Amino acid sequence: MNVMDTRATSAMLYLDGVHVSFDGFHAINNLSLTLAPGEMRAIIGPNGAGKTTMMDIITGKTKPDEGTVLFDGTVDLTRLDETRIAELGIGRKFQKPTVFESQTVQDNLLLALNVDHSVRGTLFWRGSKAESERIDKVLETIRLTDARNRLAGSLSHGQKQWLEIGMLLAQDPKVLLVDEPVAGMTDVETHLTAELLKEINRNHTIMVVEHDMTFVRELGVKVTCLHEGSVLAEGSIDQVSSNERVVEVYLGR
Amino acid sequence: MTPHILTRSLDRAATAFVLLVAAVGVLIPLSNLLLPQGSMFQVPTYLVALWGKYVCYAILALSIDLIWGYCGILSLGHGAFFALGGYAMGMYLMRQIGSRGVYGNPILPDFMVFLNWDKLPWYWYGFDKFWFAALMVLLVPGLLAFCFGWLAFRSRVTGVYLSIITQAMTYALLLAFFRNDFGFGGNNGLTDFKDILGFNVQAEGTRAALFLLSCLALIIAFLICRAIVSSKLGKVLIAVRDAESRTRFLGYRVESYKLFVFTLSACMAGVAGALYVPQVGIINPSEFAPANSIEAVIWVAVGGRGTLIGAALGAVVVNYAKTFFTSGPLAPYWLFMLGALFILVTLLLPKGIVGTFNSWWEPRRSTGIAADEASAAREDGISAAKMAE
Amino acid sequence: MLAAFSSHSCRGPDVFANCIDRFRALFLSILLLSCLAVPALAGPFEDSVAKFANDEFSDTEAAVGEIAASGNALASPIISALQDGRLSADPDSKKVFITQTDGKIVDATTGAAVDKLPDNAAAVRLNNRLRRTVEAALGGLTLLSPDPAKRLAAAQSVFKSHEENLLPTVESALAKESVKSIKQAFAEARAAIILFKSDASDSDKLDAVAVVKARGDQEALALLTGLGDQPALVTKAAASAVSSIQSNLAMWSMVQNAWYGLSLGSVLLLAAIGLAITFGVMGVINMAHGEMVMLGAYTTFVVQEVIRTRYPALFDYSLLIAVPLAFLVAGFIGVLIERTIIRFLYGRPLETLLATWGLSLVLQQAVRTAFGPTNREVGNPSWMSGAFELGQITITYNRLWILCFTLAVFAILLAMLRYTALGLEMRAVTQNRRMAASMGIATSRVDALTFGLGSGIAGIAGVALSQIDNVSPNLGQSYIIDSFMVVVFGGVGNLWGTLVGAFTLGIANKFLEPVAGAVLGKIAILVLIILFIQKRPRGLFALKGRAVEA
Repeated sequence: MNVMDTRATSAMLYLDGVHVSFDGFHAINNLSLTLAPGEMRAIIGPNGAGKTTMMDIITGKTKPDEGTVLFDGTVDLTRLDETRIAELGIGRKFQKPTVFESQTVQDNLLLALNVDHSVRGTLFWRGSKAESERIDKVLETIRLTDARNRLAGSLSHGQKQWLEIGMLLAQDPKVLLVDEPVAGMTDVETHLTAELLKEINRNHTIMVVEHDMTFVRELGVKVTCLHEGSVLAEGSIDQVSSNERVVEVYLGR
Repeated sequence: MTPHILTRSLDRAATAFVLLVAAVGVLIPLSNLLLPQGSMFQVPTYLVALWGKYVCYAILALSIDLIWGYCGILSLGHGAFFALGGYAMGMYLMRQIGSRGVYGNPILPDFMVFLNWDKLPWYWYGFDKFWFAALMVLLVPGLLAFCFGWLAFRSRVTGVYLSIITQAMTYALLLAFFRNDFGFGGNNGLTDFKDILGFNVQAEGTRAALFLLSCLALIIAFLICRAIVSSKLGKVLIAVRDAESRTRFLGYRVESYKLFVFTLSACMAGVAGALYVPQVGIINPSEFAPANSIEAVIWVAVGGRGTLIGAALGAVVVNYAKTFFTSGPLAPYWLFMLGALFILVTLLLPKGIVGTFNSWWEPRRSTGIAADEASAAREDGISAAKMAE
Repeated sequence: MLAAFSSHSCRGPDVFANCIDRFRALFLSILLLSCLAVPALAGPFEDSVAKFANDEFSDTEAAVGEIAASGNALASPIISALQDGRLSADPDSKKVFITQTDGKIVDATTGAAVDKLPDNAAAVRLNNRLRRTVEAALGGLTLLSPDPAKRLAAAQSVFKSHEENLLPTVESALAKESVKSIKQAFAEARAAIILFKSDASDSDKLDAVAVVKARGDQEALALLTGLGDQPALVTKAAASAVSSIQSNLAMWSMVQNAWYGLSLGSVLLLAAIGLAITFGVMGVINMAHGEMVMLGAYTTFVVQEVIRTRYPALFDYSLLIAVPLAFLVAGFIGVLIERTIIRFLYGRPLETLLATWGLSLVLQQAVRTAFGPTNREVGNPSWMSGAFELGQITITYNRLWILCFTLAVFAILLAMLRYTALGLEMRAVTQNRRMAASMGIATSRVDALTFGLGSGIAGIAGVALSQIDNVSPNLGQSYIIDSFMVVVFGGVGNLWGTLVGAFTLGIANKFLEPVAGAVLGKIAILVLIILFIQKRPRGLFALKGRAVEA
């Protein structure tokens, strides 16, 4: 009892006994997971393992049927909506890169900045030096300084992925949920992305969902393998990939 | 309105548009009033009223463009807000008739006497005062839009679902206003107006003044829309239009943004309706017909959604064509043309006239930057931040 | 039968006059036959007739009673002439004349033709009380008619008038009657008379109350509540009968509303079912859907026109011919629309909405140009006209057939989606287009066929709706909003949801109507749906989970 309490309060993200079903299909089944502050965690698992649904639950898009989801040890995320959760400091990058295609790269970052998000605030907004400096810095980090005035829609796939990570940086959340950041990237881009995430990890807690094992290995962090909506194995990449049940799940017996 | 909003709202095209509308607003009434009748440059009074109608439609088109072009909300019920504004003004004009009606009742409008009502229903109170009616012109459409939007946006009704229920809303109002016991003149609506603020509504001078006022309202509505779309709020609206849930995950309360523009847009439509009624001399339930609302949407599509000037232009162009064709021998074919316009614009000219012109003109004007729309919306983004330094 | 006879044998004005004469002969012989069956009851017929000339209401009343009971062939013409003010009397000669409807004048006692009325002859006057006597007398005369329909009508009119002096006639008719339903009507008529007869015994009256109570309709209720002074026992029995009839009637009015609701629901379902395919399954919002319904209705009109002019004998089959034709016409136009417009707009629902709205304007105007702006006449085949009684409610055949037809269309559609190759491909394409394409399904062909199917069903709906609605270019418009409401309310992508949605809305509408009035009821329904959609944006039977995001 006591042990669980300390686990809950010290954790950045704490999921316990979470269930979700869609029309009888159990997408998430008694899922329990803890993410410590400052940690980077890689989540792997076959298709339909519930990785995206888990992110939906954490960000308030889907409400769990039962279970506990706590943020920062105290905040019950199941009672909040997406906007409120984003305001608290949980940022999310989608599986399919989602940027505002008809706006420029720097406007995308401007929209992501963690400033006044009220209607009034945006109507009477006027830029500040601090804001434009932060945007410059993010542009540099995601290597898009030269593309700042281009429409986001005209970027390459990899650049869009980076822009979305950049938007997360501009948002400056406490936790970043990153869904398949290297899907469709070249090897070089994948490597650069791993570097980028490691750099971000210095100041942020990160949860990465990824299929690409080379990439996960390069991150060199603790790995959780999901299967049929619950945790199958947890540990270093070597431990997990040598786990018999993980092999069974991935290779289909 | 703080100056920096005004300066960034008025780019070159916007300034040109404002000046053009102002010039039209002044020159047409002047030519009508000052030049001798029959002179080549004299605009006949019926044309002043007709163009006044177009200007009101342009305001309605702006209000639709603000929510559809920039925020992706396709309302098929904006005619309802227009009509409600019109009814509020019509009620004032009815009360002004006083004892000059057919039945000579100093308080009750003719249709109430006809229905044997012995006293004014409570919701007609206050409409004998212009300020009250003017307030209602904004308040009634605004309040309806606020309540409707509050329910709809909070429950995340989007896309065609929203379009269909807005259509159902105006349809329900159409049925309601057709009823005699609803207290708004039933089938016949409100008409036979005598004067407005003491001036005869039929008089040339009044018509000229109403035209000028309509142009003024168009300019103000345009500036409000410009101020919104060129602010950061405008960027958020476009973000909502293009990727609603992404915007939400960035921490924006999307429903508040939608509710704000939807309500504002309804108020603008109400003002358009209020200016329309004294110029055409009647308001009846057919203004609530779903077909009217959807026709207004096509004005915006023709002119170019997401371009404010295009919306206003589209309203004038389509309505001019309508007047031209329905009054000639081609009248039976007008609906074919209108129908074809809907189909062809969506298939072949999705950006509308102004949008297509922009994407043709922009690359020429500023080669090097790959941009195809909303140059103004972009320029002010970070450059405004730089300016502030 | 008679209508056919007249229209075939009467051509031109003089033949027409001839025709009327023949009719009169027929009519008189029927009358004679009926009167031969009546035993002569009263004294000299001429004396009775002469009483009309006294210009006294009491004499007139007596005369009516005697003549009605006389069994004379002229009794019926005399009394109907009296009713219509065509009976005149000469106070001096005490002669009475009938002015026939064609203007000829005959002597009332002999039936012989007379050139003109005597100068001092005046119309026999009636007052309200007498009028009732006259009506009842006429009713009594037809109580013994050989035509069962007339006997039934007469029995029912006696039930209402409960004229005391008709009791013997009613009793003798009751004894002779062999048709069960008419016998019942006579028994009820007799009971009604007995209830108002002051000298009837209590036990007879109690029996009569029981008979009237068993009838149980609005008229029985009116009779029992208007009894006036009665023995205590009877009053008590009548009161309990009244309350039992009232609760019975309330129950029937519920049943009636439910039936109307089902009927409206079937119309809504019929209009919406094609939309459930195009919007619900394909996700294409087709604002021209109503016009597909309209095209179906006009196809029916054209089919009936051709049949009327070329093969009149086939008229009863016109709808059976129209159904497949309407399906083909609307389906073909649907495929055409999909290929030329909609396929360029997939994934852009708002643009699709606008383009198809434009299309609806074009189709409406095309039909207006071709067929004119006014309503066109579409007839009901004989098997769809008329009605039957079920307990206290009347069910019209056309509504009943439409309900059956709708359910049949629904069942066929469900079976089609489930068991045919096209149905399988359709479901595959809607669930995962790219996967389906890579499995070798020609997705664009499936799209076109699916859209054609939805449109074709709308066309079929038009055939049925032509039977109950005005066939005009605006026919479709009146259904489009309702259809969308049904589909959205029921839940998109779910045919069963559409079924439940249609019947729920239909029944809710009809139960609200008596409370709120037709228009307010409709408004209330619209507002309720708007609120409902906001509560459950995906409808009653919503899909959940990943599929929703698509």
